[in-house]
Amino acid sequence: MRLTRRTLLGGMAALPVAVRAQSLDYRIEPVEVGDGLWIVRGADAPIERGNGGAIANLAILAGDEAAILIDCGPSLRYGRVLDAVARKLTGKPVGHVFLTHLHPDHGFAAGAFANAEVAGTAEVRRELQATAAGYADGMYRLLGDWMRGTEPVVPAATVTAGERLVAGRRLVFAPMAGHSPADLVVTDVATGTMIAGDLVFHDRAPSTPDADLATWRKTLGTLAAMSHKGLLPGHGPFDPGGQAAIAQTLDWIDWLESSLRGSVAAGLDMVAAGEVAIPARFDGLKAARYELQRSVSHFYPRLEAELFPRADQ
Amino acid sequence: MLAIFMFAPVAMAAALPADPLGSPMWADHARVLFADAPVEFDRRVVVDMPMLAENQRVFPVAIDASALPDVKRIVLLADLNPIPVAIDYAPTGAAPVVSVRIKLDQRTPVRAAVLTGDGRWHINGAWIDAAGGGCSAPPVSRVKGDWAEHLGEVRARAVLVGAEARLRVAIRHPMDTGLVGNTPLYHVEELSVWRGETRLGSMKLWASVAEDPAIGLILPAAAGDTLTIRGRDTNGREIEGRVAVQAAP
Ligand SMILES: [Zn+2]
Repeated sequence: MRLTRRTLLGGMAALPVAVRAQSLDYRIEPVEVGDGLWIVRGADAPIERGNGGAIANLAILAGDEAAILIDCGPSLRYGRVLDAVARKLTGKPVGHVFLTHLHPDHGFAAGAFANAEVAGTAEVRRELQATAAGYADGMYRLLGDWMRGTEPVVPAATVTAGERLVAGRRLVFAPMAGHSPADLVVTDVATGTMIAGDLVFHDRAPSTPDADLATWRKTLGTLAAMSHKGLLPGHGPFDPGGQAAIAQTLDWIDWLESSLRGSVAAGLDMVAAGEVAIPARFDGLKAARYELQRSVSHFYPRLEAELFPRADQ
Repeated sequence: MLAIFMFAPVAMAAALPADPLGSPMWADHARVLFADAPVEFDRRVVVDMPMLAENQRVFPVAIDASALPDVKRIVLLADLNPIPVAIDYAPTGAAPVVSVRIKLDQRTPVRAAVLTGDGRWHINGAWIDAAGGGCSAPPVSRVKGDWAEHLGEVRARAVLVGAEARLRVAIRHPMDTGLVGNTPLYHVEELSVWRGETRLGSMKLWASVAEDPAIGLILPAAAGDTLTIRGRDTNGREIEGRVAVQAAP
């Protein structure tokens, strides 16, 4: 039933000539940031036709007998290219795919790795079961043909907290929350690299469709104190020092929450709350206005309900 | 022919101008809403809204018609919604400004039609991309099952800016469209705002207004004034709230 709807949406979306003429090729260019650890950077932009939804960062790690992926991209088409790239880079087939959280830009390519073990926390599996169909409709509508053949995959394997040897590579798994109800942070012990998923954004405004800001704030404090060197954020450039991106994410979340509360207190409607001035210190953050407007949509009705006094008593 | 047109009264059957948005429903809606009144597309009607519906159940629209003289009515409609008209607002003492959240069922033109005292309608709007399902998805409170506990609760805030109050009112109501399962149509259908005995504005609402309607108005007021909100839903349930106008924070 879902497939029919998506096929229909994809077909309709593919109609405009300009879009059909555009080539649907993903260019995947890994950059080595440590011994046997490459990052692939997403476009620091919203999900749109121009980038095929390839907006999230991911990591490729070389293991003894297999390559390991932390997140894998937005679509089946992307996953197929990534599979070939990872194999060429490491000389090994992809054996393990870990999903950091439920969002489609990070994990909808999982179907391309049928021979690998796809893993996530029990919470991520639950989240995906509940939301994947809805997110898939949205992705097909936004991206059309880029998504052809993509079916969300609920991870078959379960990740728990702690240190574990994966294909001979020592990884520390830390299940957390804040950006979404279940975010997984993976730290590669050999290189000291923290792969933070969307708990950390860098020079790109954080997105909040499933966020709990108070929890996120606490988690960022925990991440700052966890042992690591470099940090790969979910979106935006690699942070070699490992702290600047955490601090910037925290700064945005603090500002966002006080801005939204201030707008409610000043009697602004949602449209105006999305148009307030963004402080100059965030000038370097891509997609800042876009994410502010999305966050207004995510939080404003709840905040008004919380902050407006009852008028009928 | 020419003579007939020259002597025709202003309000008589003016030809409907071509729709700049090219909506398939434009002519049908225009016939019902405007009958034979003259209609023009007019940039003085400001319809402010995000270009993409992040949440098609809660899509914010802010309309400002204060560049027009003598505004009598402000109608908000989404052409391709199953319930196209969301609100019909008559600002009798209030500024011709209103914000509200609506449901979007699919990609659709969203527009404001503003009637001025000379009998002319002034229209502006834009296409909005939506994922679909805003009208045919159940309200969150119906899914959670707690809607009845909070039905009719009114929350409000009025902040003084100069000689005007920015009033925001939020009413707990499922705003059932009648299009989901067996739940019949059930929505807030009327609201009015008063300062003392003076009615400053009145509004008709339909079920394409988002669940838990949140309305923003601008009204003449002074600090310490009390504004009263009165209304009724389609079951005849009365809605009433009072809010004191406060100085800006
Ligand atoms: Zn995310």
